[in-house]
Amino acid sequence: MDKGKFVERVLFLLALSSISSLVIITVFIFLEGLPLIFQTGFKDFILSSHWAPTKGHFGIGAMIVSSLLVTLGAMVLGVPLGLACAIVLAEFSSARLRAFLKPTLELLAGIPSVVYGFLGVIWLVPLIRNYLGGPGLSLLAAAVILGIMILPTVISISIDALTAVPDIYRDGSIALGATEWQTVRRVVLPAASSGIITAVILGMGRAVGETMAVIMVAGNAIKLPASILDPVRTLTSNIALELGYAAGRHREALFATGIVLFIIIMILNLSATLITRRR
Amino acid sequence: MSCFPEKINAAQERRKRPGPAPGLGGGLWQNRMSLKAVSLFFTLLLLLGIAGCRGKADTASHAICVAGSTSVQPFAEKLAEVYMEQHPGVRIDIQGGGSSAGIFAAQQGAADLGASSRELVKAEKALHEIPIAWDGIAVIVHPSNPLTDLTLEQLRLIFQGKITDWQAVGSPAHAIDLISREEGSGTREAFETLVMGKTEVSPGALVQDSNGAVREIVAGDPHSLGYISAGLVDDRVKAVAVDGILPSRDNIKTQKYKLVRRFLLVGREAPAGQCLAFVDFILSPQGQRLLEAEGLVGVK
Repeated sequence: MDKGKFVERVLFLLALSSISSLVIITVFIFLEGLPLIFQTGFKDFILSSHWAPTKGHFGIGAMIVSSLLVTLGAMVLGVPLGLACAIVLAEFSSARLRAFLKPTLELLAGIPSVVYGFLGVIWLVPLIRNYLGGPGLSLLAAAVILGIMILPTVISISIDALTAVPDIYRDGSIALGATEWQTVRRVVLPAASSGIITAVILGMGRAVGETMAVIMVAGNAIKLPASILDPVRTLTSNIALELGYAAGRHREALFATGIVLFIIIMILNLSATLITRRR
Repeated sequence: MSCFPEKINAAQERRKRPGPAPGLGGGLWQNRMSLKAVSLFFTLLLLLGIAGCRGKADTASHAICVAGSTSVQPFAEKLAEVYMEQHPGVRIDIQGGGSSAGIFAAQQGAADLGASSRELVKAEKALHEIPIAWDGIAVIVHPSNPLTDLTLEQLRLIFQGKITDWQAVGSPAHAIDLISREEGSGTREAFETLVMGKTEVSPGALVQDSNGAVREIVAGDPHSLGYISAGLVDDRVKAVAVDGILPSRDNIKTQKYKLVRRFLLVGREAPAGQCLAFVDFILSPQGQRLLEAEGLVGVK
């Protein structure tokens, strides 16, 4: 065996190890969590909102709804902001400004989530408590923090999608008499739409999966929220909160929560892949 | 316009779908190589696993196993750490699992000592019990709250979610922000036994995952009500009296304060040998000082 072949095999082995960690994690989560789902009944598990695992009640319905609501809130706040930012950077700013702003925005992704959570607790939560009411730790606080956290994902992928649109499209549109804004709205955005949708879905995945910052600002109450000022508990928070003391069936229930989360994120990622492919 | 996106995405597609890489060879040979590599990889994993187990060989001459309550665990770990420093030949394993699991392990002899943060029930009374410390659970509010006293009954109704406004207990009218601990926490378990009885904590209560986090929220929210380990109350929050008695060190020690639990070590028989030495260390002035430094109240 010559040296080239040997290196190839070593690299192949390394590549395999990263894939196998995914396989091992998946198998492990399902092995640990599935027995409980079968015992409780899948319908009861995801539809009931009675969560008292040390007393034998395993219902994560409220948490699924809360996870989706928090994510929706983050999208409502983060997507328009991120998209606007991406359009300005890709279409209306000079190359020098872009060279400065894009790395700066990407720095946002480098800030650890616990710092976002800390800022939320210190600054945002008292604001909400004092001016809007409620305990401050709330669905709204989590949505705002997550809305900011997904910005780098949404912006950088959207910018890539926008800059991938060839300049001849823009030139053609301008030559036909369209204004710059008309060009962006009618030509560039539709041409980049699949990339932008991917950006949104990946941002969504980030929002669903975020844990630390959400635990710190969401309040973690198990009830279904009646308003955006009510505290909520997401699926990720539930696992992280109770993991420390959980034993026996309680532990299984947390893995089962992980399965539901796993499925939600798989659906998001798959749809991102499908959307990019279909166009 | 519809033709534009197709072109771009065709380009993206090409980038994403790499064909068989040149140089890897194709078809059959490649498949066989992958198969070999896969089996080699998993064999390696297996070997690593076995090596991991073998590496855990016992080196200490004496090992004591303490299992049980997760509330006692951090304190027991602290004690074991100091003890092992002073007695290099001894190893002490501290395991969690919960009070009931610890008591069961002690009954079965699976653990030398079981740790419990609850009292023994009748069927368990045959065990030898050694109280090591008291822990009080303080009910705390924001310092600006005029509330000074709650009855146990009021406390239960508030945490059940039946009293939701401060006015009902004599403070200025405002919704109560309830703060509880996560399911499985020892402090919550004790609070449920001592206050809630058979009833459940309201699902609308906020949940924080440590004593410190509960204290932080109460210190910042003028309308909140929470409970934490009495040793951790500081001047940013106010502990209220329960049935007229404040959770002071003396009131906890004499059990005049109601929300008190004992931390116990239990064994099948009276501890002897290495076990006895460790228990004596815990009950010695040094051991008790360590516990008091961590916020508990000593039994001596």
